[in-house]
Amino acid sequence: MNIFKISSKNLVRNKLTTILNIILVAFGVSILSILFLASTQISNKLEKNAKDIDLVVGAKGSPLQLILSSVYHIDYPTGNIPAKDAYKLMQNPMVKRAVPLALGDNYNGYRIVGTDSTFSNLYGLSIQKGSFWHKDLEVTLGSTVALTSGLKIGGFFFGAHGLTGNGDVHKQHAYRVKGILKPQGNITDNLILTNIGSVYKMHEEKHVEGHSHVAAEEAKEINDKQITALLIQYKSPMSVILFPRMVNQSTNMQAASPAMESARLFSLIGVGIDTLQWFAIFIMGIAALSIFISLYNAMKERKYDLAIMRCLGASKSKLFFLVMFEGVLVTFIGACLGLLIGHVALEVIGAYQESSQAKLTGLTAILQEVYLIWIGLFIGALASLIPAMQIYKVDIAETLTKNR
Amino acid sequence: MIKISSLAHVYEKGRRLKFPDWEIADVEQWLLLGASGSGKSTLLNIISGLLEPSQGEVLINGTNLYTLPARGRDRFRGRHIGIIFQRPHLIRSLDVLDNLALAAVMAGLPVDHKRNLSLLHDLGIAELVKNYPDQLSQGQLQRVSVARALVNKPDLLIADEPTSSLDDENANQVIQLLTTQAKDNGAALIIATHDRRVRYHITKTYLL
Repeated sequence: MNIFKISSKNLVRNKLTTILNIILVAFGVSILSILFLASTQISNKLEKNAKDIDLVVGAKGSPLQLILSSVYHIDYPTGNIPAKDAYKLMQNPMVKRAVPLALGDNYNGYRIVGTDSTFSNLYGLSIQKGSFWHKDLEVTLGSTVALTSGLKIGGFFFGAHGLTGNGDVHKQHAYRVKGILKPQGNITDNLILTNIGSVYKMHEEKHVEGHSHVAAEEAKEINDKQITALLIQYKSPMSVILFPRMVNQSTNMQAASPAMESARLFSLIGVGIDTLQWFAIFIMGIAALSIFISLYNAMKERKYDLAIMRCLGASKSKLFFLVMFEGVLVTFIGACLGLLIGHVALEVIGAYQESSQAKLTGLTAILQEVYLIWIGLFIGALASLIPAMQIYKVDIAETLTKNR
Repeated sequence: MIKISSLAHVYEKGRRLKFPDWEIADVEQWLLLGASGSGKSTLLNIISGLLEPSQGEVLINGTNLYTLPARGRDRFRGRHIGIIFQRPHLIRSLDVLDNLALAAVMAGLPVDHKRNLSLLHDLGIAELVKNYPDQLSQGQLQRVSVARALVNKPDLLIADEPTSSLDDENANQVIQLLTTQAKDNGAALIIATHDRRVRYHITKTYLL
């Protein structure tokens, strides 16, 4: 028997009010925690994947689409660029490192990326098993791909045309798994890496066998040797201004900066996040008000209980603490429940998410969530302060002499 | 031993009550009689440390009640004085046994469940241990509140109109219980009442 037991017994006695208050707090906290978690995870992912990439050069179109397709591997590419022009850019003195990308195929939704060894240098990739690709049609799998597809070293698989779905399978050539990457914690976990030649070969073969008009057009693409995009790292920060302008004005390609585009993306979804945040804060406010009202109303009845406890020897400060504790207990339970709901909800959202590249997870925690618990405790204390102050006003003798 | 001397209380409205000096020896049983409005409840509140008198002093076992700080007075009351009210007030969210345990906890004493159970047994309500106050009758509630007043082995038991809401049978039983339990637990007893039924049991009277 202690203050904790007295408070919790009293809360259990007023089940409905207690549950309502807990739900209100939990609802507000869970929305806030989902927002915190999702936005940190997204921005972490965006940052991590765009790390060391200063500029992306690709076909003209939406710069955001170019970034999404070739850095985050979410959207479709804007088109192709002539390999000749791309290689010319790679030789530019301002460029420290340039990584060519040839996209177009997938395996079970995992993108097959044709590139060269500069790609592994750019992302700092290391091998877990086997080796990097050397020849045409050899691939190295990202760790997640290896895990979910069950492909082993030495195994074969067929790529499918397009970036999603298994509709149009390139049956002519099978890829051979040469190695598996260590988990990198970035986009490369979800990619299948090969050389550019393999990607050309896939589509060349199709042309030989092919009979449709589309295949003929594709063949032309390949004869002219095209690639999808070029990831560029500058030699010096000075190039930030000069290089993109040079690309955009003097070539038929466009240059887009991942930093700028993801900032733009965030400012677009930021409005939604802000709105939800205010909504959650509003709910927390309602929760505080509800706790205040229920405690305050209960004080009329509890005055007798508290007067008895005074008679039994409890000091005013002890009872003040008792009432405060009740409010704080409700918000504490609500806050913990809210965090739990937030994490579970995010994990469920992550499970239903289609794009494996930007998957959200509820299994990580961030520092801000500790603040949420503190905010919960603060709200509880705030809401029960005025009801608890009544303790100091109650005249025990009078309260107990009067009939209920 | 309880001793009050030159006690007087002035209400805010200006009404002044003066109380004759009173000395109660250990384990003595007294009736506090007086017409309603004569200040019975006021005197009881003063003796139990709930209401600071304007003048005079209350000594219980040599402790001057109103020289203690407020917190110390609360604690002293919890440990040395058991109070039974006209209407039995129990904490409704706690069962009978927890209501008894509460008395010890609030006074800062360890909970002695064995003693509490034997108290309930002596009062003939041992089977109600797990019941909640809402499930008890008035007579049963009054017994539980007697038990609660005895939990901390008080030196003084104060009952304010303990029988006024009870029928003859229950009233008789409660008075019996109070007098025998006070004696068994070594506590002095003060019963404030205007109930005739009580007068047959106790001879010493203090009139207001």
